[in-house]
Amino acid sequence: MSSGVELGINHLKKSFGSLQVLRGVNLKIRQGEFVAIVGKSGCGKSTLLRHLAGLEEATEGEIIQDKKPIVGLNRKARVMFQDARLLPWKSVLENVGIGIGLKNDWKNRAAWALEQVSLQDREGEWPSVLSGGQKQRVALARALAAQPQLLLLDEPLGALDALTRIEMQALIEKLWQQQSFTVLLVTHDVSEAIMLADRVILIEEGEIKLDLQIPLERPRSRENPIFNELESKVLNQVLGKQESKRTKLKAAASVS
Amino acid sequence: MNIRKRKVYDQAAPWFIPILLLTFWQLFSQFGWISGKVLPSPVDVIKAGIVLVQSGELFTHIGVSFTRAFSGFLIGGGLGLLFGLVNGISKNAEKYLDSTIQMLRNIPHLALIPIVILWFGVGEEAKIFLVIIGVFFPIYINTYHGIRSVDSDLIEMGKVYGLSKWKLFTNIVFPGALSSILVGLRYALGMMWLTLIVAETVAASSGIGYMAMNAREFMQLDIVVLAIILYALLGKLADSLAKLLEQLLLKWNPVYQKK
Repeated sequence: MSSGVELGINHLKKSFGSLQVLRGVNLKIRQGEFVAIVGKSGCGKSTLLRHLAGLEEATEGEIIQDKKPIVGLNRKARVMFQDARLLPWKSVLENVGIGIGLKNDWKNRAAWALEQVSLQDREGEWPSVLSGGQKQRVALARALAAQPQLLLLDEPLGALDALTRIEMQALIEKLWQQQSFTVLLVTHDVSEAIMLADRVILIEEGEIKLDLQIPLERPRSRENPIFNELESKVLNQVLGKQESKRTKLKAAASVS
Repeated sequence: MNIRKRKVYDQAAPWFIPILLLTFWQLFSQFGWISGKVLPSPVDVIKAGIVLVQSGELFTHIGVSFTRAFSGFLIGGGLGLLFGLVNGISKNAEKYLDSTIQMLRNIPHLALIPIVILWFGVGEEAKIFLVIIGVFFPIYINTYHGIRSVDSDLIEMGKVYGLSKWKLFTNIVFPGALSSILVGLRYALGMMWLTLIVAETVAASSGIGYMAMNAREFMQLDIVVLAIILYALLGKLADSLAKLLEQLLLKWNPVYQKK
């Protein structure tokens, strides 16, 4: 099975007209690492993700993937969006098949991907009859069908209810552990980031303000006191408050 | 049992008013409240129809009209679809073609009858030409608009997933525009009959419209009414076919899913 990619983001800058969205981002991501990017809306986190997908051209700087710069569409990556973006005129199976470009042996591989998200018995149905959570699971299957080495998740759970969200988080974690691709999760939910990621990165005004390792064992529990400490550390930084003195973290936190 | 009865009732319901109207029409004619010189009774119309069927005349006329309508529709609709697709997809084509087409669209095509007769005489070409123009614009506009309003998020998704341009078109753009194209089709079918009726009434030597105009000269009011009813039935038939097509092609859409 293919393993994840290694990424090096070097001094990445992006401007739209006079608006500077990314102001020199430097980031190294290990092979198979699960990285969460948090930040307020408009901080540039989605733009960074679009660069990794190859959807934007950098104003300055570059992204190195497995020792080669990303130019044009990143074919090793698959994106999952906040909305499922399923084609309403295609069956569930065909929608997953889109992930493999409806080529060659797509039916078997799409069926395999649907099995990963436990929706194999819905393959013949139209997307319109599925619930929001099921639609997102189909979108996840579509992203996984091509066995990507890099999975880019752009707030994929933002529109789901709390219970479905916890289910989806567990599913994403399980599939990541099985298939060992590299994951970049953009989210505004700090607890989700800490629940899933090896490393949480906070972006503010186009710059990385916090790069925090999450040393917790998996499966993680939200009741763990260290979990809460990490969460308040990130939240305090987001909200611009001073760190409280009682936080003693084993985690190595570096500000870049 | 109750559900089945209800279904039959629901299917019959749209016919209540036409049947009621026919009944009143027949009764009024029979009691002489409507003069036969103004409007023949339904029974008279049916009788006239039977005579024409027996002589074979009726089906010849229907056949001629149908051929004109169909060939005009095929050519005009095909061109409308083609230009709509090209202008919807290519910004360059749109830049050069769209405003010309929009200008031409604003000429009422029936106003072209005098010049069309001068060009083609009263032969088949004249009628088919008018039908072509009549159906071109509704299909063009709805295809163009349909393609332009395909959800850009879906197109972006297709691009991110590395679909080729052709696959992007066949899997996302065209299916996304299809419901709008079918609206154009239904509208074009209406225009097709309207154009044909006028063209056949003004200048023709066969067809349903000619049959009606010919009957007028001999004061055969029953045949005139028969022709009008024929147009109504053929129009309804075309519309039902278009509806069937919608149900077939858009069955993914919850609006067309039957419970």
